[in-house]
Amino acid sequence: MVVRDIIEILKGEIICEGDLNQEIKTACGSDMMSDVLAFVKDQSVLLTGLVNPQVVRTAEMMDMACIVFVRGKDPDESIVSLAQSRDITLIKTRYRMFTACGLLYSNGLSGGTEV
Amino acid sequence: MSNAIHLHYEVSGDDFTRAGEASGAVKKRLKSLGYNSDAIRRVAIAMYEAEINMVIHANGGFCDVDIYPDKVEILLADNGPGIADVDKAMQEGYSTAPDNVRNLGFGAGMGLPNIKKYTDEMRIETTLGVGTKLYLTVIVRE
Repeated sequence: MVVRDIIEILKGEIICEGDLNQEIKTACGSDMMSDVLAFVKDQSVLLTGLVNPQVVRTAEMMDMACIVFVRGKDPDESIVSLAQSRDITLIKTRYRMFTACGLLYSNGLSGGTEV
Repeated sequence: MSNAIHLHYEVSGDDFTRAGEASGAVKKRLKSLGYNSDAIRRVAIAMYEAEINMVIHANGGFCDVDIYPDKVEILLADNGPGIADVDKAMQEGYSTAPDNVRNLGFGAGMGLPNIKKYTDEMRIETTLGVGTKLYLTVIVRE
């Protein structure tokens, strides 16, 4: 799966375009950035309902290529410009967290961990 | 190259949106120096958590980073309130962060445990009413 596929599956809208052909192996969904930093390993997409610049910074530290904002949330300009400078793709989807994660999972994307 | 590369950053205490600037800059620098990505990520996450802590709890401070061929040493120092109970602060899930910080996605009581998890050495010097110094070492090459 690549970033472009995620956009299609989630009927998403691109807010900030990075490398859309970047391969995505695993994903995680969380509104708690501390948990993302604690439990995630080698995951390349973050689904979140949290909208602030620290979401982008968390993705940056974790080498994530793509952030999906669920429930149709709109990041502001400061978030978009931060993502641009870090070459991170931002996507917005109207799906809620559970549904968005489920759609990606049923299309073959896993969490990358056993439990 | 025997000399360390020394970097210094001031961390502003009143702008949460900028927290992570120093960690991001260090990450970029390590990448350009060719360190392996796993080691770079460990440095970045540990330093980022510490930077967030500084902004949340201590009204900012500074970071000194020394990059050696085989390790990265980081000092994060603040003039904040100090940590009353370090053992408790080291427990996963224990947090004294206010609700507004939780709304920003932090304050889950994972900061210090995460830092310990990602570093090879971690030392805390803290004095109530004076401030906290956090010394971190990450081994970057086998």
